[in-house]
Amino acid sequence: MRGFRAALCLAALAASASAGEIPLGERRSGYDLMGRETRAMQDDDTANPGMLWVLEGETLWNKKTGHAARACAECHGDARTSMKGVAARHPAFDAARGRPVTLEQRINACRVERQKAPALAYESRELLALTAYVARQSRGLPIDVATDERTRPFLEAGRATFYRRQGQLNLACNQCHDDNWGRRLAGNVVPQGHPTGYPLYRLEWQSLGSLERRLRGCLTGIRAEPYDFGAAELVNLELFLMWRARGMTFETPAVRP
Amino acid sequence: MANALINVPPRAKRGEIIEIKTLISHPMETGYRRTQTGTAVPRDIIRTFVATYNGAEIFRAELHPAIAANPFIAFSTVATESGTLTFQWTGDRGFSETASAAITVE
Repeated sequence: MRGFRAALCLAALAASASAGEIPLGERRSGYDLMGRETRAMQDDDTANPGMLWVLEGETLWNKKTGHAARACAECHGDARTSMKGVAARHPAFDAARGRPVTLEQRINACRVERQKAPALAYESRELLALTAYVARQSRGLPIDVATDERTRPFLEAGRATFYRRQGQLNLACNQCHDDNWGRRLAGNVVPQGHPTGYPLYRLEWQSLGSLERRLRGCLTGIRAEPYDFGAAELVNLELFLMWRARGMTFETPAVRP
Repeated sequence: MANALINVPPRAKRGEIIEIKTLISHPMETGYRRTQTGTAVPRDIIRTFVATYNGAEIFRAELHPAIAANPFIAFSTVATESGTLTFQWTGDRGFSETASAAITVE
């Protein structure tokens, strides 16, 4: 414990020396920081376990559901064209709610309002599958969330969360992911924290998981109380992280250790 | 539900060594874990994987609790004749899944 505290103090010292945002040109996806085998796993669609969810999502996309007995495909057509780039633009501003919504929330809103079907639970296999299938259509495209006067207050709120120290360890996101990326924490490389490939297959989870699951894990790691799935704070933070990763290539379904 | 992903080259030359890759959706519950109330989570794993080439067995694997969820199995074989490769996974709780792929050998 003492060693860990000392390490944190050192980290804090290093932070004061190199504090600040990562320059645009020095940003790197977690993909670049992982091992050769894990990269090969992500690159090969027949070895990438995330593709199991993508294929299931394709089935769900074409399946009639809810009281309206409509399939996603009946309104949206072929996802390969209609959903291209959609995930790279989320969280996106939703005029009806007056705030940004994640791709998961957008899918659930469509289910409840258009398909008259019950909302899918966060991290359920079906919601992950549909999200993965929609997000897969943005693979290779640059991340491009809207930053206009409507989303700016939420982006700034997300930025404030990113730079705010919290939890019993009293750490802010930027202390690891801006100031100490590339160094090791308990044997693992600290990534820059760019959400380029969600939902992604994490080997530690042995499953696909959303960005919110990852963020909640990080919050538990700094011994802060995690925000609930779908909470405004999480969505704002996701919006800020996507803006921070603007222009980076979308990788869904990514594989991470 | 898409349970299995198979990658077999659709065409090959006679005598060529081909790589076959399979990925299947399965939780691979070890049987060693307990719930928060202390009850054991029963084991639920794939026990065997068998690949046949026009009916003849060419590859077999036994799987154990230490193998991760969604097992990925890759192996190679010699392309001898056109036909069908069939893959079968069987496991606990009556789990059984079959997939097949065609190959043309020239």
